Amino acid sequence: MAGSLPLVPTQAKPQRSTTRNESSWVKWSLIGLAALVLIWMIVLPLIVVLTESLKKGWEVYVAAIVDPDALSALRLTLLVAVITVPLNTIFGVAAAWAITKFKFKGKQLLITLIDLPFAVSPVIGGLIYVLVYGEHGWFGPWLSDQDIQIIFALPGIVLATLFITFPFVARELIPLMEEQGQHEEEAAVTLGAKGWTVFWRITLPNIKWGLLYGVILCNARAMGEFGAVSVVSGHVRGETNTLPLHVEILYNEYQFSASFAVASLLLILALVTLILKGWFTRKSVH
Amino acid sequence: MKTMASKRGILPGFGLTMGFSVLYLSLVVLIPLSALLLNSTGLTWGKFIDVATNARVLASFKVSFLTAAAAGLIDAVLGLLLAWVLVRYDFPGKNVFDAMIDLPFALPTAVAGISLTAIYAQNGWIGSLLDPLGIKVAFTPLGITMALMFIGIPFVVRTVQPVLQDLEADVEEAAATLGSGRVRTFLVIILPQLLPALLTGFALAFSRGIGEYGSVVFISGNMPMKTEIAPLLIMSKLEQFDYAGATAVALLLLLISFLLLLIINTLQHRFRKTAR
Repeated sequence: MAGSLPLVPTQAKPQRSTTRNESSWVKWSLIGLAALVLIWMIVLPLIVVLTESLKKGWEVYVAAIVDPDALSALRLTLLVAVITVPLNTIFGVAAAWAITKFKFKGKQLLITLIDLPFAVSPVIGGLIYVLVYGEHGWFGPWLSDQDIQIIFALPGIVLATLFITFPFVARELIPLMEEQGQHEEEAAVTLGAKGWTVFWRITLPNIKWGLLYGVILCNARAMGEFGAVSVVSGHVRGETNTLPLHVEILYNEYQFSASFAVASLLLILALVTLILKGWFTRKSVH
Repeated sequence: MKTMASKRGILPGFGLTMGFSVLYLSLVVLIPLSALLLNSTGLTWGKFIDVATNARVLASFKVSFLTAAAAGLIDAVLGLLLAWVLVRYDFPGKNVFDAMIDLPFALPTAVAGISLTAIYAQNGWIGSLLDPLGIKVAFTPLGITMALMFIGIPFVVRTVQPVLQDLEADVEEAAATLGSGRVRTFLVIILPQLLPALLTGFALAFSRGIGEYGSVVFISGNMPMKTEIAPLLIMSKLEQFDYAGATAVALLLLLISFLLLLIINTLQHRFRKTAR
């Protein structure tokens, strides 16, 4: 969901007049209070994942991760991300190009429609694919005649993930490319450059950090999606279980340490995402 | 082709990018979503009314909307504090502080769900402190609120932060010169300018909270009439192969959340006007 917000340069403005400053004790109490809020709301859940996963020792932790079902869930999660992230990236770039480089009627409507998946509950995001491709859905009877399974199989998981992560890249690129305008591209075309050359040589270098930012957020959500995938997956261990679903299964079987061990893999994914995000944001500001 | 190109500008690629975008949007989002509206499940008007007036359904909506609203309000207050400290002050570790705010965006919701449950369960780090006081968090609406607060906090911080950064210093300084204290300046000068952003942040956190599933199912306990949320009800109807019922609840949920967001957007529009 971070995709719904623009890049925020986080440097403070330098040089403030003294009339805008609180006394030192107010300042430090507010900082202390904010730090407490941050530790309570965000740092504590992070630490608990680590302590719970190592509660029964290193061996239980390693066993949970090298378990064949866990490894198969990891493979499926990576596979889903490898399919969905490039597709949504291509869409994001194409949509941003059409929206920011041209004038046309219904532009605002198009932007609203692109945002739609953010406004819909993930569970509904899964449900709609069941209604279209499920056994009793629109194409259900035809698909079962052809012996094609979409729901409770990989294609269903891919489709639901595509829906959930649909807006991320477009949402990041539209404001960025809007701000950059189109003068550089127009100059290149006037000088005789072809469309693809303009894109690869001018547009892409200009948007690359914003694009990467959108891509890693899209990837984090694609690998971590739970609700939508849960509806369409069928929860077959070793087959249609993604990592987040594997966390749930272990948890419901009261294998808490194993569940937290698998969860810690996803936590590492989140931390890597945050580090990369910070890096891309700094790069795009400078 | 030539006339079209000149009307839209000299850049190429409109047909290709626009065509692909609309096709892809239709395939992934619009056609599947229309399945909800086009009544593919044999959902009749009578069945819809039945579902919409069912006590368990109504109870789940009450839980979903109340906990999401409470979480959004608390996030608005705490998020303002976090944004204020990040924009106005310098302190050691500020970059890490700032980066951590986005953790709820990046952390899979199921991980947040089991972690928060472990913290607030009776034997958990915070749960065990509250238990002697008779306060139960996990498996109560309070637990759901905690999960939704976690999910929603970055929305508030990230919408308020840029607005706070761009506030002009002159009015604030004028107020100080005229003898206004900091608290008064904050309440009379700064807060009104931040209200639209706070409302946007609240609306984002609130609407995310209404639909949220992963972080809530673990901590809520899922007791019908008490801690069952609307998305979970859709899930359980699906598990019982009641597709018409699931569609009805989903439609109702979409309808009410869009209505609420419309009201919030209108309010925001008013705020913007009066702020000017």
